[in-house]
Amino acid sequence: MTDHIETDVVIIGAGPVGLFAVFELGLLDIKCHLIDILPKAGGQCAELYPEKPIYDIPGFPMVTGQGLVDNLMSQIEPFHPTFHLNEMVESVESIGTPEAPLFRVKTSENGTTFTCKALIIAAGGGSFQPKKPPIENIEAYEGTGVFYAVRRMEMFRNKKVLIVGGGDSALDWTVNLQPIAKRLTLLHRRDAFRAAPHTVEKMRSLVASGDMDLHLGQVSHLKGEAPVLDGVTIKKDDGSTFEVECDVILPFFGLTMKVGPIAEWGLNLHENLIPVDTEKFETNVPGIFAIGDINTYPGKLKLILSGFHEGALAAQKVHRYVYPDKRLLFQYTTSSTSLQKKLGVAA
Amino acid sequence: MGVIHVIDRAGERHTLEALEGWRVMEIIRDWGLPIEGLCGGACECATCHVFVSEEWLDKLHPATDEEEDQLDTVMTRPNSRLSCQILWNPDLDGLEVTLAPAVG
Repeated sequence: MTDHIETDVVIIGAGPVGLFAVFELGLLDIKCHLIDILPKAGGQCAELYPEKPIYDIPGFPMVTGQGLVDNLMSQIEPFHPTFHLNEMVESVESIGTPEAPLFRVKTSENGTTFTCKALIIAAGGGSFQPKKPPIENIEAYEGTGVFYAVRRMEMFRNKKVLIVGGGDSALDWTVNLQPIAKRLTLLHRRDAFRAAPHTVEKMRSLVASGDMDLHLGQVSHLKGEAPVLDGVTIKKDDGSTFEVECDVILPFFGLTMKVGPIAEWGLNLHENLIPVDTEKFETNVPGIFAIGDINTYPGKLKLILSGFHEGALAAQKVHRYVYPDKRLLFQYTTSSTSLQKKLGVAA
Repeated sequence: MGVIHVIDRAGERHTLEALEGWRVMEIIRDWGLPIEGLCGGACECATCHVFVSEEWLDKLHPATDEEEDQLDTVMTRPNSRLSCQILWNPDLDGLEVTLAPAVG
């Protein structure tokens, strides 16, 4: 079943800049839905550097990536934005006019469709995708012999499985798939793992009892007539090679960011960035805005604080699309009772 | 002042002026060569992966655990480093690195 949602604004990307845009739009009575490919809000801050300190957020001498996200989430709480996580926007279709824009937005995972009056792209470096190891011809085996995620464990029952990597995903799936796989092999480039210690211990004991194999090295070739995989050649640090038989290989090399389908939405792109004006942060398509790391303009700085500013200005123009007949009064949260009511703090 | 030599993915060698205190990733990016550096130098993405010419390897600070963890997420060679973790100083005048294949 596909859902259809009508709303004022769809924000693509729930990173810090997308989150703060909810606040600026909310003050102007504009309702939003946020879509993000990750299972949680926070974008790079939460995914790449949750524990890293950030020192250049105004008013915070130091805040961690996750700390900033947590604060933004509580700051936008009064506006009750709806999050659509684990979803990627696949298509954007313009069904309005330049004066009264209207968009139909469709996501890939659940096929949810949205109709909205403005679209704000706050997608940072793009959507997070699994890193693909640069192994020759790997694409030819994807979906048959190469998988970057486990959707259904049953697919791997009685298969000879090779897992590659040394992080939590690699180790978790090693211990989870070992009982059902015909034979499980873990391959990592060095004998050190950055996964939960008890999972590493469990893997080590499975190796010690002979119930799985651990090899050190890296995949250099895939073997078998594509799309059927039947083994890999592994290269060790000293340059020597050996072969391992397998039906499937699961590389867990973390995530990277890709611009993805944005390139197909009729927007001008400049080196994978979206050019915008610096008054409204609107793209070449009226009603579609781009804020944060994904946009570009003369003097652009990829700073979180720039993205906050961009969201505030974009919201002013969005207001004109959402409420074409309303005059926008500029107000401060310190003194405006109406803004304080929206924030739930009016005396 | 000094230089670094960077071999791009097409095999072309570029000589770039280097500045003390800049990360090698930043020097390469500032000169407009195609290095991603997605996380901005936080040692969190491995998209600034380079191969360091053998003769320079032992002149660099060894990789930290954090850098090794990130190197786990790409296909490495024994001379793999993350260029965001190499701070340039005049002792590295003439440093030669090759851009690793782009992350797919």
